[in-house]
Amino acid sequence: MSHRATLRGETFVFADLRELFGRANEEKSGDQLAGVAARSERERVAAKIVLADVSLREIAECTFLDDDVSALIHAGHDSAQFATIASLTVGEFRELVLDPGFVELWEQGLHRAITPEMGAAVARLMGARDLIAAAARLRVVTRCRDTMGEAGVLGVRIQPNHPTDDPAGVALSIIDGLVMGCGDAVIGINPVNDSVASVVALEHTIGGIIDQIGAPTQSCVLAHFTTQLAAMAAGAPIDLLFQSIAGTEGANRSFGVDLVALAEGREAVLDHHRSRSGFIGEQVMYFETGQGSALSAEAHGGLDQLTCEARAHGVARAFDPFLVNSVVGFIGPEYLADARQIMRAGLEDHFMGKLLGLPMGVDVCYTNHVDADADTTDQLLMLLATAGCNFVMGVPGSDDVMLNYQSTSPHDALAARELFGLRPAPEFDAWLEQVGIHVDGRLATPSEPGPAALRSIDALRSAVVELLP
Amino acid sequence: MNPEPVKPEASNSGPLLPEPADQLDRAGSPATALTPARVLLGRAGSSYRTSTLLALRADHAAARDALHEHLSLDDPAMAPLVDRFGLFEVCTRAATFADHLARPDLGRRLDPAAIERISAECPHDVDLQVVIGDGLSSAAVRAQVPELLPLLVGAAAARGLSIGRPVFVRHCRVGVLNDVGDTTGAGVVVLLVGERPGLATAESLSAYLAHRPTTGDTDAERNLISNIHAGGVRAPEAVRRILGLVEQFRLHQRSGFEVRESTSSSVATAR
Repeated sequence: MSHRATLRGETFVFADLRELFGRANEEKSGDQLAGVAARSERERVAAKIVLADVSLREIAECTFLDDDVSALIHAGHDSAQFATIASLTVGEFRELVLDPGFVELWEQGLHRAITPEMGAAVARLMGARDLIAAAARLRVVTRCRDTMGEAGVLGVRIQPNHPTDDPAGVALSIIDGLVMGCGDAVIGINPVNDSVASVVALEHTIGGIIDQIGAPTQSCVLAHFTTQLAAMAAGAPIDLLFQSIAGTEGANRSFGVDLVALAEGREAVLDHHRSRSGFIGEQVMYFETGQGSALSAEAHGGLDQLTCEARAHGVARAFDPFLVNSVVGFIGPEYLADARQIMRAGLEDHFMGKLLGLPMGVDVCYTNHVDADADTTDQLLMLLATAGCNFVMGVPGSDDVMLNYQSTSPHDALAARELFGLRPAPEFDAWLEQVGIHVDGRLATPSEPGPAALRSIDALRSAVVELLP
Repeated sequence: MNPEPVKPEASNSGPLLPEPADQLDRAGSPATALTPARVLLGRAGSSYRTSTLLALRADHAAARDALHEHLSLDDPAMAPLVDRFGLFEVCTRAATFADHLARPDLGRRLDPAAIERISAECPHDVDLQVVIGDGLSSAAVRAQVPELLPLLVGAAAARGLSIGRPVFVRHCRVGVLNDVGDTTGAGVVVLLVGERPGLATAESLSAYLAHRPTTGDTDAERNLISNIHAGGVRAPEAVRRILGLVEQFRLHQRSGFEVRESTSSSVATAR
């Protein structure tokens, strides 16, 4: 069914919801590349005006793409709950989401009635402040070896990447993050080498440190999920099963992701956890997403990148994840051209994830070939801390020396926690006090550079010494 | 590397790191030599020390400038490869650098003249076709390829593989593998391509490999060896891993995520 709007005497026609969704997006270079973006600022607003009057029922009934992602979204849709909101227009839904009373409905399970496409639709009618204010009320709490997502908590992933996966170098980055109070979300490395033997070695390195220091946190080696499962079969301890996912079947195929195999992998990890101790919850998946990934794989199926991202969130939701994060500035200027587009996308992704009920974090980042800099990550980090983001990255000095991009650092995370009165995950917070990294809730490790910080923490000493050559 | 100096330690709580790690100097210390990551920075409140902040800004400036370097085959580093291997240049459909950044669809496709030239100049149906792409770092190509290419060609020949004439592709994206596969019919195509410049190094090269790449193939059918640079995977190790994958491809008649490197020796040897 076509839609039309007249704006200041000029009539705009949109062939169907797919076209309308693309035209109603804020400016993104990736949508322009895909040929789905608004062709003028007037057309963008006309599309938003039309979208505001589209009913949620019409969105629910639209087949945006005929693929296994759509089937998964459809299978998980709570139609009984949906009946209570089906007649709302997107404009009315926006006002409901912004109403302080919404959180109660959402906590009672309304999030399961919201499809990814509905989340993407309402995000298009929200400014930055809306995206922050709406998300801030929606807390998604998850448990694995500690508890993430409670109000007042900002978690940090230690990202100890190394250009050769060297175990001692990785260990040093981990300890460096721990003494800054980071690592409660996960200690998660992107390996250079995707071989099973290499993943086994890294799992043992990270798991060994966690065991030795007694920190209530999770390890993860962000190899392909099949490699992680092969490592588990070879005896490696797997806390979280990671995979990059996208919002179309074709893009997932390009990642080597089959949803059935992924579900089997999740079951295998749950089984594996029953033979180990220290787990307080059954959320075992870690997913990364990001606008532009489907288009980058030439598998967007004519959909805009906001819709594809929301559908990736829909995939994540079906696996009850412990952590999900968008890697918002990672992919390059052909999808998010500059600081403005990166910041907008970061707020959209976080909001949409939370609306769907995901434990949403964000890798706040940029690459050197995009028009952005450290001020971009500073600003987006502050906005996301206000929005109640579950976790961010802790890369030493913000500089990932393996993936060649700039993210947030333990310093950045520490600053955000201090500015907004946020704490690490409760179990991890208690551990930080217990080992002396925190004293009375404040970082107690010395502020001078060099190993003074390490030297002061007895509990960490043997872990490092053992790993040194 | 981050150049900032480190003060000698005055703490009396006993050494964490064994001597001589206590006489730390940022640039050659046993502890920080373990990783190029910016560890043990210290802090000013919750923020960076001034020296850290300025080092980050300086490295970002250098990385931004590196993006716009233009590589020519007349370059003294590259010219010997032209003489020795007949390396020649073609371009993708991304005619300008701006197009290269903004239009990945164009950078994945050879332009018609390039297809014609490769078809005419490169022997068809060889076992291994080498492609060199500027990608996002000409500096990476200039720094790594002059050492890597002769090693790779020599080692491949020693294994009895037939090798095509190498080609340099300007404004190159990874997807160009498909057009090269279709044009040459090569059994395996390896693309040596400049990675986006990082702060620690702008000289990092990736090798993407595909078995009989053809139109429609995606990353799922490709294998990657990344971080080929002085502080990462060294050239001899990269060659060993490339040829290891080529062997796996030929054995299984496929490439991609289902084919894994069989050993992790790089972890042990690349330090």
